[in-house]
Parts: sequence; C-alpha cells; structure tokens
Amino acid sequence: MPTRPLSPHLSVYRMSRYTLATSIANRFTGLALSLGLLLLVYWLMAVAGGRVSYARAMRVLASPPAKLIYAALIVSFCYHLVAGLRHLVWDTGHGLERAQSQRSAWLVVAVSLMLMLLMAYRVWFAGVHTP
Amino acid sequence: MSLRSPLGRVLGQGAARAGVRHWWQQRLTSLALVPLTVWFVVSLLTLPSLGHATLIAWMSQSSTALLLILLVLVAGWHSQLGVRVVVEDYVHGSGARTLTLVVIGFAHVLLAAAAILAVLKVAFGAAPP
Repeated sequence: MPTRPLSPHLSVYRMSRYTLATSIANRFTGLALSLGLLLLVYWLMAVAGGRVSYARAMRVLASPPAKLIYAALIVSFCYHLVAGLRHLVWDTGHGLERAQSQRSAWLVVAVSLMLMLLMAYRVWFAGVHTP
Repeated sequence: MSLRSPLGRVLGQGAARAGVRHWWQQRLTSLALVPLTVWFVVSLLTLPSLGHATLIAWMSQSSTALLLILLVLVAGWHSQLGVRVVVEDYVHGSGARTLTLVVIGFAHVLLAAAAILAVLKVAFGAAPP
C-alpha cells in the first residue's frame, strides 16, 4: 500500500456537496446495475431452458422480494442513464462551470425521477403481464 | 523530461500508462449502452406479455438476438470497467485487490458467455419447448 495520498477518501469530503452526492450516487447505481446483470443473465438462461425451467425461475423472479429488487433497478437504471449522459456532455468540455454543473445536477435528478415514475407506472399500474 | 524520481519508478508508483484506454472504453461502452438499454427496457415494457411463448417468439427474431448479444457484451464490459475502478479505490492490499479483480473479471466473462449461449439457443430454435 503506497503511502502517498490517494483519492477518494469518503470521510474527508462534505457529503452535503451536490458534486459528491451525484458522483457517489452514479457509482452506487452502477454497482446495483452490475448486480442486475446477474438477474438478466439468469432470466435469459431460464427462457432458453424451456417452459418448465422458465416457470421455475419465474417463481423466484415474480416473488415480492424480487419486485423490491426491480424497484431498485428501475431507480438505478434511470439515474445512471441520465447521470451518464451528463458525464458524456462534460467529456466534450461543456457544462463544467460551477453554476452550470449545479444546474445540471438538479436536471439529472428531475429527469431521472420523471423516468422512474414513468417506468414504475408502466410496470405496476398499466400492467406488464407476468405469467 | 520525466518528473518522476528513479525511486518512484522502481516502486511502481505513479501512472501505469493504461488510464486513457480504460477511460475511452468506458465512454464508448456508455455511448453504445444508451440506445441498447433504452431499446431493451422499452421492449420489455411493451411486449404483450412476459410469458414463455411470447419471449421465445421475440427472441427468435434475428434483430432481437443481435441486440441482446450486443447488450450483454457491451453492458458486461462496461460493468467490468466500472466495478474494477471501485475495487481499485476501496480494496486495499495488493493481494486482496488482485484476487478480487481476477474473480470479477472471470465472473463477467462467464456471465456474458452464458447469456450469449442462451440467446443463440433460442435464436437457432435449439431451446427446449
């Protein structure tokens, strides 16, 4: 372990800073989506395994704890997508001024919240049919 | 002119000169994932049902199979790049860190291969009914 200063040290930053909050949220949602990849692959394998294997997998995938996971994945996907677009804009050299990045931070939160609500509505109220 | 001291170079401190490649791959995969993930989510939400027969019919289309394979490959690579940075940031001790990175690398390759196999089985009509 090198003794030179390393980044990031979570404890030395002020958590109320929107820059830190949006950054760490992007990381956490990314990690959640990586775990979601497991679920996606499990689901694809279950489909390819035939009707019986799919029915068996759906007992797990349609259970209440799984639905909680879908809620977390919807939140994570919407946030990570919009925050990622913000990063791509930054990479072109635009929007890096303090006022601009503060505004885009709120924009990311607002747009991703809207996407989350839209998806949640579609999944839970407008009826995506599970077998 | 290098500002690094010979001692620092011997101890392997400082840039490994692999950062740009990682950074660029992360941008390219994220750019590709915007349409791929949006396509996947919209498809799932607009399928008439998530029953087995519907999914088989959907995945049997070449365009679906192609996009699913791309999705799994690109998402897997993007995930690997992202998780690697988190591990490098927070797992200390070079032994533990290397071991974690190896496990995570293997896991991502395994996941991607398993998913591609599943998609191809359905696409070629080799999945049991």
